[in-house]
This record gives sequence, C-alpha cells and structure tokens, in this order.
Amino acid sequence: MSGFWTRNETLVAIVIVGFCAVAAASDPRFLSATTLADLARASIVLGILAVGAMLVLVSGGIDVSFTAIAVFAMYATTVLTLGTVPDLPWPAIFLISIAIGAALGAVNGLFIAGFGLPTLIVTLGTLSVFRGALLTFVGSERISSLPPEMRGFSRAMIARGTTEAGSFYAVPLAFGALVLVVALTWFILNRTLLGRSIYAIGGSVESARRIGIDVRRTQFFVYVYVGALAGLAGIIHGALGRMSDPFSLVGLELSVIAAVVLGGARLTGGHGTVTGTLLGVALIVLVQNSLIVVGVPSTWQSVVIGFLILLGTGLPAWQAKRAREAAA
Amino acid sequence: MSGATPDGPMRTGTGLGPSRALATPEARLAIITVAVFCLMAALSPERFLSSGNLVSMAFQFPEFAILALAMTLTMMTGGIDLSVVGVANLSAVVAATLLASFAPVGAGLAASLPWLALAYAVALAVGAACGALNGLLVARLALPPILATLGSGLVFTGFAVAMTGGSAVMGLPDAVAWLGNGRLLGVPVPLIAFALLAVLLHVLLTRTSFGLKATMYGANPLAALYAAIDTGKLLLRVYVVSGAFAAVAGLVIMSRANSAKADYGSSYLLLAVLIAVLGGVDPYGGRGRVIGVVLAVLSMQFLSSGLNMLGTSNFARELIWGALLIFVMLVNTYDWAGWRAARARARADARRQLRPETPARTTPETPP
Repeated sequence: MSGFWTRNETLVAIVIVGFCAVAAASDPRFLSATTLADLARASIVLGILAVGAMLVLVSGGIDVSFTAIAVFAMYATTVLTLGTVPDLPWPAIFLISIAIGAALGAVNGLFIAGFGLPTLIVTLGTLSVFRGALLTFVGSERISSLPPEMRGFSRAMIARGTTEAGSFYAVPLAFGALVLVVALTWFILNRTLLGRSIYAIGGSVESARRIGIDVRRTQFFVYVYVGALAGLAGIIHGALGRMSDPFSLVGLELSVIAAVVLGGARLTGGHGTVTGTLLGVALIVLVQNSLIVVGVPSTWQSVVIGFLILLGTGLPAWQAKRAREAAA
Repeated sequence: MSGATPDGPMRTGTGLGPSRALATPEARLAIITVAVFCLMAALSPERFLSSGNLVSMAFQFPEFAILALAMTLTMMTGGIDLSVVGVANLSAVVAATLLASFAPVGAGLAASLPWLALAYAVALAVGAACGALNGLLVARLALPPILATLGSGLVFTGFAVAMTGGSAVMGLPDAVAWLGNGRLLGVPVPLIAFALLAVLLHVLLTRTSFGLKATMYGANPLAALYAAIDTGKLLLRVYVVSGAFAAVAGLVIMSRANSAKADYGSSYLLLAVLIAVLGGVDPYGGRGRVIGVVLAVLSMQFLSSGLNMLGTSNFARELIWGALLIFVMLVNTYDWAGWRAARARARADARRQLRPETPARTTPETPP
C-alpha cells in the first residue's frame, strides 16, 4: 500500500479534497451543483488538450504546438464552413476540424518521427509556423456569427436545472466529447498493442526497438492523434464561446502541460495515466476558477500553478534520487 | 542526456566534405548572415542601408540577444532555461518598483545615480537568486531542466504580476533611459552591453575551467561525474549566470520601455531558443560557440528589419522564424549519411528479424 500513498494521483486527489474543504468552509455555496457544472464546463477544452499532451509525454516527447493546432483548426473550419456550406450539420463541422488538426499533427510527426529532431524545438517552431500561417493567410479577425449548427450545438445540454437555492446550472453536450475522448484514450493506452508500444518507447526507445516495435510509426501516430484531439478541442472552444477568435487558446499550452505533469506523467517518458491527467486538470481548473474563494487574490494564480508544478514534479524526482542514492 | 527526445539524431561525425570550412555551423551561418544582409540591401537599398536603420537595429536586438546568451549557456550543459523572460521581467519589476518608490522624482543625474546603481545591483541579485533556484531544482532535486524552468518561470512571472497587479510600473527617473537608449562615443549603449556580455560568455566558455566543465558535462554527464567534477555545484553556477544575464536583459527592456511589466517580451522566449539553435548550439549539450550565436542574432535582426521594410506583417515574421528554426535544425543536426545507413540497417533487420545487432548508442560526440 505504500505505493498508493506516494503516487501523484493520490497526492493530487488529497490536495483537491483539501482545497474544496477550505473553499466550502469559507463559502458554503461552493458545494453546489452550480459550481460543479461550472467546473465541468471549464474543464472540457483543457481536459481534451491535456489527454493529448499526456500521450505525448508518455511517448517521451513534449508538444507545445497543440494550442496553435487547435486554434488553426477552429478558425479555418469556421471560415471554410461559412464560405461554402454554412448550414453544414455540426458533426460534419467537427469532422473537418478534427481532420485539419490531424493533418497539422502529421507535420509535427514528420519532423519528429521521420527526421528524429528534438520534440521541444520542433513544436516550438511549428507553434509559431501554424499561428503565423493562420494569422497571415487565413485571417486575423474575430468571427462572432458562427454557422447556425455550431450555435445549436452550444445550446444543447446534457443536464440542466435549478438548485433549491435558486441558482441555475447546466452541463453542455460538449462534456460528452470529453468523456468519449477519455474513454477512447484509456482504451488505446491500456487495451491495445499500440498503447503499450507508446509506453514502451517512452520507457526506452532502444528496448522498444529491440522487441520489434516500429518506433517511427508509433511516434507518428501519437502526433497525429494529438493533432486530431486539438482540432476537436478547438472547435468545441469556438462553439462554446460562440466566437471564432484566432488569438485565443495560444498561451494556454503551459497550463495544460502543468495539469498533465501534476497528474503524474513524467517528462522522461513512460509514465502517465488518464486518471492522473483528469485529476491534474481538475486541480488546475479549481485554481483558475476558485482561488478567490479560499481567500487568495487571483493575481497569485500563476504563482500557485508554478509552485504546484515544482512541488508535483519535484517530490517524485527527489524521492527517486534518494532511492537511487540509497541503492548505490 | 536529460534530453527531451530519447530518439535523438545519430551523430557519427561524418559530413566533413572536401570543403572543411563549410562544415562548421558557424561558417554556414556567416554565409547566411551575409546573404540575408545583401538580399535585404538589394531589395530596398536606400532604406535598409541608411544609417538611421543600421543604428535603430543596433538598439533593437541587444535585449533579446542577451536572453539568447543566457539560453546558450544552459543549452551547453544539455539543459534549457525557459524561465529567462520571467526572470528578466521579475528583476525589472523589482528594480522599477524600487526606483519609482524611493528615487527622487525629477532630480538631476547626480541625485538619481546612487539609486540607479542600487536598483541595478538588486535586479542582478534577484536574477542570480532566481537562477540559483533553477540550479537547485535541476541539480539537487534532479528535475528535468525543461520542467524546472517551466514551473519556476510561471512562479517568477506570477510574482511580478502579484507585485504590480498586472499593470506597468512607471514614473522612473530619467537616468534609466541611458542603458537602453543612450550612446557612448556614438555607439549605442545596449550594443556595448551585449558585446561585453558576449565576450564575457566567450571567455567563460573557452578560457576558464568552469566553461570546460560545463561543456564536458553537456557532452556526457556521466563521464563528467567520473572525471570528479562536482556536477551539482557546476549546474548551480550555470543557472545563476543564466539568471544574471536574464536580469541584464530585463534592465535593458525596462530602459527602452521606460517602464517594467510582468508580460513584456513574452515572444522573446521562442526567439532566444531559436537564436541559440540557429547559432549552432546543440540542444543536447556539449557543443556551441558564442560567435555562432552573435552571427545568428545579426541574421535574425537583418531578416526582421528587412521584412519590416518590405511591409510584411508581424504574423508573417513569426511564421518565418518558426520555419527557419526547423530548417536550421534539419540542416545542423541531421546526419544524412547516417540516415541512409539507418534505413539500410532497418531493411536488413526486417529481413532477419531475430538477430539484433549491437545498437548504435545515441551519444553526442565529444566537443572538438
């Protein structure tokens, strides 16, 4: 049982429970369906992006370009749909966005899997290439008159109602997308050979190669999959915000990676779980939305997130170092 | 290697063709720099070559070039410092707050000079302290440098935001402007600051045991440990120097903007990494020269100013920078002969699947 208590997932869960307890003590209204629905709503886009980022970390790489992919896919899809068939049903719009995202992810995959370049440098480069290309060639103006089907999607709810206290709550249909993504990724990682290959190359590329895993193909899949998820997250972000803003999302990448790292994924690869990632996302969303409830001014948000990253990664790293030194 | 990619490019040291001089990244870069300069000069001769433009370029680049020097030092050890912009802004915000609250307003140069010296000293101390924190995280806690500096960068930026409430600190004494906008014997002061720091870093890397150890550590950390190098102390000093350099960059930015703010220069992070990599610094560590970084800075500035004169948007510049970064990585780190050999080996492996041969270790070669 000692493993259970030192795992990142457990630590993050304890911090979340502690945070909620303090928040509930200072404001009893914190524990309500409204708060829960707000947090669920806020974690959709962050959650989908985080699941993708987690996959990259597990494979031993790092991706900082997914926000640019998401915003490119969202904006290009909106422009394309409005220019051709504005009445396109929303599943088709989503598919276009996912396809654009996957195509951009394939560009990352080409340089990383195909040419073996360092993942951080490649994705830093493609981050500015994708963003620059979007703003130069596709457009740089906010579009607020979205295709009608996208507006329809944003109004579709899974659950809605009013609490006894009289405040309104609603969970949008888009939350279902997060659930689907989580289920699919969990299945790929834990029930398919492909998923085990991703853990294997993250653990040791050379060992993975020697047991016959096609390292390049696996890496390529990871970046295409992450691109597709980014495309999905982008279009959901646009639909829920009821605006296609080419300047949004970029800049969020470090918060997403922070969530993933908090959830126990390691930068050195081979470690990371869907559960941990979701807990990390929950913690980051809590910090972003409810820091004020526990009495910390929201200007300290970035300090808190930074400290959480250092704590969440420093503790296991320090334990591992001590274990190494004790063994030596 | 604490590298981000386990599947690093294989370097076998081949590729030195008949024209040996062209094989070094610095020589290729010198040609690129001259080519960019000539191209821009040819496209708009009367504006690009005007003395006004040349002087304005000399004022523009030092702030991010100094950040690139900080990045270079950490990359030499196989690490990276993603917190440079955070450190620069935090140092500048602390210095600016000090000046804005205590320095006499509207006083002459003589009255504000002691305060200025104090503020600069405090800013450098803040930078060094931030660097020391990074160094401790990397050396003592064995955190990967990317994560340690990503997290600490957020903390530093966060402190700057919390101190200022997110707005700019203004109302600085006039003497502040000298570092960023002044001239000494007709030469822009920021250019002098950059030149001094570049020479300092060059001397540190090539003429001191500190530089030699940092290079050795970057080339092979385990070998450096076995060579009885105190790697913990070494990494701590590397990140302290990086933090101090970032603080100088912050002071130059503060001087040029005549204010300090938590989110100034946020695009400089990518630019600093880009310049270091463009300058031939190996992100896996162990290789890199300051002269390459200086050439990279110049070519970026020529490109940037030239594109500006041709009426290109800022977004197109971002696109070109990113594309350039990937292109240079492709040319510099990719061993094309090794690629063909690897392909042939893969095909051979596929044919006789069950007999694995001795793997090629992906160890960077020792520095020249």
